[in-house]
Amino acid sequence: MTETVGIVIVSHSSDIAKGTADMVRQMVGTEVKVAFCGGNPDGGLGTSVPLIIDAINAAWSPKGVAVLVDLGGAETNSEMAVEMLEPARRDLVVVCNAPIVEGAVMAATEAAGGSTLAQVKAVAEELSAD
Amino acid sequence: MSVPSETFKSLVKAAAEQVIASAPELTSLDQAIGDGDHGTNMKRGCEAVLGKLDAISAQPLDEAFKMIGKTLVMTVGGASGPLYGSFFLAAGEALSHDKDLPDDLADVFSSAVNAVSARGRSQVGEKTMLDVLVPVLETLKTAAGQPDLIARVRSTATEAVERTAPMQATKGRASFLGARSVGHVDPGARSSCVLVHAVCAGLEARA
Repeated sequence: MTETVGIVIVSHSSDIAKGTADMVRQMVGTEVKVAFCGGNPDGGLGTSVPLIIDAINAAWSPKGVAVLVDLGGAETNSEMAVEMLEPARRDLVVVCNAPIVEGAVMAATEAAGGSTLAQVKAVAEELSAD
Repeated sequence: MSVPSETFKSLVKAAAEQVIASAPELTSLDQAIGDGDHGTNMKRGCEAVLGKLDAISAQPLDEAFKMIGKTLVMTVGGASGPLYGSFFLAAGEALSHDKDLPDDLADVFSSAVNAVSARGRSQVGEKTMLDVLVPVLETLKTAAGQPDLIARVRSTATEAVERTAPMQATKGRASFLGARSVGHVDPGARSSCVLVHAVCAGLEARA
C-alpha cells in the first residue's frame, strides 16, 4: 500500500471531531489515516496541545499530515503542537485554513489519490477562497 | 545580578494565585464577547504552574520561565495557552541568550511581547492582551531606573485595560461580534493586567 498524507481533525468538541472523522471514513474509506481530538484537558469544550500532538503522531505518514481545525483556539493550539513535535516531523505538518468538515473530506479525498501534502492543503483551502 | 530564586518563586505564586482569584471576573468578561472559558482556562493553567512551583523555582531563571511557558501551553486548553505560553517561553529564551533580570527587564519583556504578537498574528489596537502588554513595555523602557517605575507600570496596565472597552475586536473569537464587541473590556487584556499588578504588588511587598 502506498503511503498517503494523514489527516488530523481538531475541534473544540470531541463530538464534532469524531463525527467529522466518521464522515471522512465513510466517504473516503480507511486507506487514509485519520485521527481526531476535541475538548480541553478537563474534557470540556476547548482544545488541548498534548491531545493534538498525540493525534498528529497517530495519523503520522512519511508524506506528512494535514490538520483541519474549527475555531481560533484550535488553530493556535495546533500551531503550537506542531512546533512541539520532534524536529524531523515539524516541517511535514500543515494546519489548513479551511472549514473543518468540508475541508477534512476534501483533504482526505485528495490524500487518498496519493497527492503530496501541498496538494492536499491546496484542495482543502480552495474551500476558503473567495 | 540576578533574581534570587525565593523572590522569583514568591512572584510566580502571587501571580498565579491572583489569576485564579480573578477567574470568575475573567469568565464573565469572556461571556460578554468570547466563549466564556478564559477564566476557567487560565485557572487550570495557573493551578498546574502552582503544582510544579517547587520544580520550577529550582531551575535556573531561563529554564524556569520556559517551564512555566510549557506548562501553560500544555494545560490551559484555549488560545490563551499558546499566547501566554509563548510569552514565557520567549522570555526564557531571551534569558538563555545573555539577558538577565532585573537588569534587562525591558529587553526580556520585549522578546516575550513579540512572541505573543507573532503567535496571535496580532498587533496593538485589536482588543487583545497586547493592548496591555505593549503599553507596559513602553513604560518599562521609558521609566527604566526611575524610583516610581512600579507605580507607573501599575497605572499603565490599569489605564490600558480600560482603553480596550471602546475598541472593536478584529482578532480572536470576539471578532465574530464585530461592532457588538465595542463597550466591553477585553478578557485577555484584563488577565494580563492581573498578572502585571500581581508582580508589581509582590515586588513592592519585598522592597
